Amino acid sequence: MENKNMTVYLTVWRQESKNSKGTFVKHTVEDVNPDMSFLEMLDVLNERLIKNDDVPIEFDNDCREGICGTCGVVINGTAHGPRSGATTCTVRMREFKNGENIVIEPFRARAFPVIKDLVIDRSAFDRVQNKGGYTTVRTGSAPEANSILVPKENADEAFEMAACIGCGACVAACPNASAALFVGAKVSHLALLPQGRPEAARRVERMVAQMDEEKFGACSNHGECEAVCPQEIPITAIARMRREYWKSTVKS
Amino acid sequence: MKISMSVFSTLGKKIFMGVTGLLLSGFIVIHLIGNLQLLLPDKDPFNIYAHILTQETGSIIYIAEFLLAAVFLIHFVYAIIVTWNNWQARPEGYRKVKWAKNTSRRSIGSVTMIYTGVVIMVFLVWHLLHFKFGEVVYYTPAGYDHEIRDLYVIVYQFFGNIINVILYIIVMALLGFHLSHGFWSAFQSLGLDGKRFTPFVYGLGVVFAIVMAVGFLFLPLFIFMTTGGTV
Repeated sequence: MENKNMTVYLTVWRQESKNSKGTFVKHTVEDVNPDMSFLEMLDVLNERLIKNDDVPIEFDNDCREGICGTCGVVINGTAHGPRSGATTCTVRMREFKNGENIVIEPFRARAFPVIKDLVIDRSAFDRVQNKGGYTTVRTGSAPEANSILVPKENADEAFEMAACIGCGACVAACPNASAALFVGAKVSHLALLPQGRPEAARRVERMVAQMDEEKFGACSNHGECEAVCPQEIPITAIARMRREYWKSTVKS
Repeated sequence: MKISMSVFSTLGKKIFMGVTGLLLSGFIVIHLIGNLQLLLPDKDPFNIYAHILTQETGSIIYIAEFLLAAVFLIHFVYAIIVTWNNWQARPEGYRKVKWAKNTSRRSIGSVTMIYTGVVIMVFLVWHLLHFKFGEVVYYTPAGYDHEIRDLYVIVYQFFGNIINVILYIIVMALLGFHLSHGFWSAFQSLGLDGKRFTPFVYGLGVVFAIVMAVGFLFLPLFIFMTTGGTV
């Protein structure tokens, strides 16, 4: 059988620590199986680096099946790589050409400082989420499921919004490093459900205030976020957040 | 809290941008319709229109001008603030940027908003200095017993100069790019979207941009081509 293995030329962002100055380093990875995932290719490179007593490239990853939202780098100028609706871990090497130059960069935003190499600190998202991305409920036994009726369309749309895995690709892809899609999805998810309505105004105010506090940019409606979102969350989420924001401003 | 929230938050600022942007879009529609009278070989209709608008509306015109200037300034100042903050949000840029295709609405228009906007603002100063506060020629049109301003002849003389014509054409083309993103974006910034509405308003924005740009750049071109500036 002929050998279909490929060679790729990587230009990778290397940065020792949060406060050190980073730089791009070139690596050549030979004998890459095209059926490998992108992260497996980095694993292979890292094994070789370790064998040569070099420091391996640090990158975030966890489930490696496109569910958790931990992984995420900018590959050749696109967050999560060339294919839309995918996480970095689901990118395969066959999507690249043999001998291709691949630039790998961390997600860049003031709110997402680089910790090491391709690893960034996304705790800004957690702080936004903590401001209201939940419903305040009395714990106890589960209530009767049909006691609060939810229209099917609302349930479907809320589910679409709830699919957000908080990977941060929307921020990475946005020319303004805006977190509007993430916050929009979180706000919309609960705004669409009756259980989320009582706290809707407070939620949107507090989450937007925290979003601004974290120094994310403002949304200019480029729509890049929607195009790179692994969960394909549409920017209708952002419009809904704005309506909720409007309502809360007018109400009070 | 509420007022500061709507004025200073990233969402609130964009609401101001959207509302003022739509008001300005409305203004240029009226401006273009009025200007179409320049296409007539008879200079009276345009001059009488301009005369009634500026001299016979009493204080209404001053209020309208003040509001218009305020809308322009709000749009401009907020644009500068928003853009500056957006640049601050990513201190270290990417080595390589490739626009995601798929559903992205990123375009030449959308990424150049601040540049086209600043050019239009500079243009506006020049435009006003020349036509509003510039040279004044008086004449008495048929049926009038007093002199009114002959703006028509000023416009025709101005566009007899090929350099002015070219500059106007360039700026109006840039206005088209600005509107190609600005129009639909204003609706989105106000939270007005829908499955059918958004594609519709996006398409409408492109049509609007083309009609406005072509309409405005056709006027100087027409004047130059037909008369070369001699009335």
